[in-house]
Amino acid sequence: MSQNIPIPTAIIEEPAAAPELAYRSPAAQVWRRFWRDPGAVAGAAIVLALALVAILAPALAPYDPATVFDDGLTLQGMPVPTTLPASAQFVLGSDPSGRDLLSRIIYGARVSLTVGVLANALVVLIGVLVGAVSGYSRGWLGTVLMRFTDVMLAFPTLLLATALVAVLSPSITIIIVVIGVVYWTGLARVVQAQVLRLRELDFVTAAQCTGVPPSRILLRHILPHLVSTAIVWGTLGIATNVMLEASLSFLGIGVQPPTPSWGRMIAEGQTYYRSAPWLILFPGVAIMLTVLGFNLLGDGLRDALDPYQTR
Amino acid sequence: MQRYIVQRLLHAIPVLLGVSLITFALTYLLPADPARMYAGPNATVETVNSIRHQLGLDRPFYEQYLIYIGHALGGDLGFSYKLQMPVTAAILSRFPYTAELTLAGIFCELLIGLPLGLISALRQRSWIDRAAMLFTFFAVAAPPFWLGLMLLYFAAFRTGLFPLGGTGTPAHLVLPALAAGLGGAAWYARLMRSATLDVVRADYVRTARAKGLAERSVVLRHILRNAILPIITLVGLDIPWFLSGVVLIEAVFAWPGMGKLAVDAVRNVDVPLILGTVLFTALVVVISNIVTDLVYALVDPRIRYG
Repeated sequence: MSQNIPIPTAIIEEPAAAPELAYRSPAAQVWRRFWRDPGAVAGAAIVLALALVAILAPALAPYDPATVFDDGLTLQGMPVPTTLPASAQFVLGSDPSGRDLLSRIIYGARVSLTVGVLANALVVLIGVLVGAVSGYSRGWLGTVLMRFTDVMLAFPTLLLATALVAVLSPSITIIIVVIGVVYWTGLARVVQAQVLRLRELDFVTAAQCTGVPPSRILLRHILPHLVSTAIVWGTLGIATNVMLEASLSFLGIGVQPPTPSWGRMIAEGQTYYRSAPWLILFPGVAIMLTVLGFNLLGDGLRDALDPYQTR
Repeated sequence: MQRYIVQRLLHAIPVLLGVSLITFALTYLLPADPARMYAGPNATVETVNSIRHQLGLDRPFYEQYLIYIGHALGGDLGFSYKLQMPVTAAILSRFPYTAELTLAGIFCELLIGLPLGLISALRQRSWIDRAAMLFTFFAVAAPPFWLGLMLLYFAAFRTGLFPLGGTGTPAHLVLPALAAGLGGAAWYARLMRSATLDVVRADYVRTARAKGLAERSVVLRHILRNAILPIITLVGLDIPWFLSGVVLIEAVFAWPGMGKLAVDAVRNVDVPLILGTVLFTALVVVISNIVTDLVYALVDPRIRYG
């Protein structure tokens, strides 16, 4: 998509008179709008920080997340709170098995981000493919795909995910696939609506008239218009996936122990919520920050990519 | 309008058939053997085989499915292995609790979200607006089950303001409803804010002010009424979200609703109960989608005749 917009000579000759009108490429405009939005910058910072925590977990975590400490539980068999001077070694206290909570939260970022990002790659892939094909195809294929999307939309998401994980037995790979399988419908609907509009436009008709095959029209003429939608969903969806992974793990059907997962940590702390509230507080804050970061980043990208959309 | 209703109802039939087919296929693929689950761990192979025959589990897939659909149309969703009672009865005994929680949650969403959005739009760029929008970002990001536990700790355990769990009185409902509804309240606050911002610049609002109406009646009679209309129609779309999301809230507050029933069914590989809860929930989702569409069509004639 090259943009050969002729630059008015007046601007070139007198740049000082109208500096604001200087030509900026669309990408540069998006970039500029993005960095001028404080929410977007905050989101990018949170996401970057989380990614660094996940990558550098072995260097950042004080201990191995699976190490059970002899002094990790009090004499009464309770998790050690941070307030006990004797337990200065556990910055955020210990968990019900006597492991360091901070180390587990740091390693938990790996699970959340891996599941969130990879599942979303699947969501975007299936969503764009199904949405584009069902929107473009006027024959039976389009109808079948639309009806199938309707059926999938009628499923209660969490229940379907629960049942699917039970059938396939829980593991990180299965959770990623299941989230991909239950969450593509929303994006498919959006893409479908966009393609239904795009396929009626002149440039598509022109391509059809010159004998371009449908698969090539979809790939080369329609798909480029869906990039910004895919980018926005590709970011906002990570937040949703992180939440779903945490929910499944909270219900005990997500990532299995001893792999540290924030949702599971909250479930394990639930019994102790009166005596050891930090077991719930800190993993919950971690989930909240992750979801907040991706939401802010996604909103920022949407506003930067599509400035005409109302907020 | 009648044609539109019929159209929407007809559209729901293949959707429900599709849901039932997919769920049935899923339970068919479950790694555990339902006949073995039903017979118990100590049963002999002969007993398991005879139970398999009795339950019709030795028949081909399509036959089992058609028999199931035939019964389901008559309201019979099978017999729960674990609970030892008809699935329909089990669902109907739990559904009122989930419905109660859903309604209370939606009420919470609207009660918090709409005024918050209205006020932040009327005081755009003030500290109230900024604080409200900051709240919405955090409320959307907080996992509902975590929010529930935090509410339990602070509002029930530490202060004793509310009961620690259980059902029965309106006080028991407050914390679960808040935990379920706070995220949604944030969405409504944002929607209401942008809807109000659109309306306050409308000519009829300027006219209302110009003719000297009190600010109170400008807000209540001209701004609120117009801003709220498109949002209220979205309430129906919350129902699917709630029916899925309350599973977590029910787990936190030991609420004896359908979500808990469904998760227990999956854990116990109670196939008829899994099928029944998923189908029943899908039915409620489809009905609420139809009602939403109809309300929307009533409010906006362009959809009816479009």
